[in-house]
Amino acid sequence: MSVRIGVLALQGDFAEHGAMLGRLDAEPVEVRQRSDMDGIAGLIIPGGESTTIGKLMERYALRGPIQALAEAGKPIWGTCAGLILMARDVGRRQPLLNLLDITVERNAFGRQTDSFETDLEIEGISGGPFHAVFIRAPVVRAVGPGVQVLSRLDDGTIVAVRHGRLFGTSFHPELTGDTRLHAGFVEMARHA
Amino acid sequence: MSSNGAVSKNTETVKRGLAQMLKGGVIMDVVTAEQASIAEDAGAAAVMALERVPADIRADGGVARMADPEKILEIQAAVTIPVMAKCRIGHFVEAEVLQSLGVDYIDESEVLTPADEEHHVAKAGFDVPFVCGCRNLGEALRRIGEGAAMVRTKGEAGTGDVVEAVRHMRRVMSELRQIQHMRPDELYAYAKEIQAPLNLVEEAAELGRMPVVNFAAGGIATPADAALMMRLGSDGNFVGSGIFKSGDPALRARAIVEATTNFEDSALVAEVSRNLGEPMVGIANSSLQPEEMLAGRGW
Repeated sequence: MSVRIGVLALQGDFAEHGAMLGRLDAEPVEVRQRSDMDGIAGLIIPGGESTTIGKLMERYALRGPIQALAEAGKPIWGTCAGLILMARDVGRRQPLLNLLDITVERNAFGRQTDSFETDLEIEGISGGPFHAVFIRAPVVRAVGPGVQVLSRLDDGTIVAVRHGRLFGTSFHPELTGDTRLHAGFVEMARHA
Repeated sequence: MSSNGAVSKNTETVKRGLAQMLKGGVIMDVVTAEQASIAEDAGAAAVMALERVPADIRADGGVARMADPEKILEIQAAVTIPVMAKCRIGHFVEAEVLQSLGVDYIDESEVLTPADEEHHVAKAGFDVPFVCGCRNLGEALRRIGEGAAMVRTKGEAGTGDVVEAVRHMRRVMSELRQIQHMRPDELYAYAKEIQAPLNLVEEAAELGRMPVVNFAAGGIATPADAALMMRLGSDGNFVGSGIFKSGDPALRARAIVEATTNFEDSALVAEVSRNLGEPMVGIANSSLQPEEMLAGRGW
C-alpha cells in the first residue's frame, strides 16, 4: 500500500525529494499549510535556505503541527536546511523546530566554492558507501543524550544523526540517484 | 563508520545543486549591507550584490560595471544566505575577481554594459557557478554549453514591466514542450536552427525540462507578477529594482516571497498584496526605444 509522505514545500528542493519518493512505493504530498499535513505518515524537510523556510514555517504556523507529528511518533527527516531547522541550537537567532538535541554550525565548510561530493559509510545502510553531496552544508558540532551519530567525515565531523524516528543529514540524498535512505524512511513511516 | 571517499569540489552536481536549493525562492538585488539584511529578514533565498539597481542604471546612463569589492564584502558579512554578484558579459577578469571574493554565484548579466560583443565568459573553467539570462531555449542552452549552472529569463530589467519576462518564459517553456515530441533527426535540425549544442537539446528533450534550474527575472514588481512567473513554469524569481525602489521594501519583499511560495493560492496572493504602498514607478516596455532594451545584449 502506498504511504503518504509529506515534503515541506515552502522553499528549496522539495520537488527532488518528491521525485525520489515517487520512485518508491510512496505518495509525496507537498506541505505548505497545516491542512496539507492531514494523513501523512512522515515528513521530509528539504534543502533550501533555512532562514527562508523557517520564516515561512512561522508565518503559516506550521511549527506546532510539525512538533506534534514528531510527538505522535511519525518519522521526520531533514536534509541540509532541514537538519538546521530540526536542531535545538544553531548559534544564531532564527526559527527552529528544536526536534533534535544537537548543536549545528551553518555553512561549516565555507562558501559555495567549498561545496563538495564524497562517499560516506552510513550506519544502518548496507550495500556499500553512499554518495553524498554537500552544498554550503551545515555540520553537527555536538549531540545531546540519546542522539545517535550515523555518519562522520574522515576528520570526525558529524554529518548524519538519528534520535528515534527523527533523522538529520548535512548532505542531499535527493540530488543523487541513490534511494536507499528514502526507502528506509518510507519503510519506517509505513510501520510507524 | 568512517568515510573513505575522495572529496571532489566544484563539480557540475555541486554547481547546479546550489541553484536547486534556491528553487521556490526569491533572489533580491541589494546595493548595501543594510538592504541585504532587510532582504534576508524578509525571507530572501539569496541576494544579488550590485552597485546600482537596474532602474538607476537605466536612469543614470553611462557604463555599468561590477560592484566595488568593498561593498560585496560588506554584504557578505551582513547575511548568512548566499551572495551573488554580477559581472559584465565577457568580462572574465571581473568574474575572476568575484570568484576570489568568494561570492556564491556570478550573474554574467546583460544589465551591466557588455565588455565583449562576441564572447561570453568561458564559465566551465571557473570554480564558482554562473547564472545567465536568456530569451529563448537556444540562448539558454548556449549559456549552459559555456558552463552556466543556472539560467533566468532576461525580461527587461529596471522597468517594473513584466511583459518581457513573460515573453521569454513562455518562449522557453513552449520550445521545451516542442522538443519533447521531436524525432532524433528533427532534434538535429532544430539544434542547428536555434544555434544550441546538440547534446544539450537532446538532454532537454529527454528530461522534458531545462537541464538546470530556470528562474524568472526582469520587471517583476508585485506579488502577482511573482506568482504569474511561477505559474508559467519558473523555478523561482529574481527581483531587482521592484523591491528597493518601492515605497515599503520590507513589506513588499515579504509579500513577494509569500506569493512565490504560494503561487497557486490566489486568495493568499490577494491577502499579501493588500496595502503594500507604492510599487516602483516603472516604465512601460512599449515606450522604450530598441536601443534602450537591455535584453538584446548577449550573443
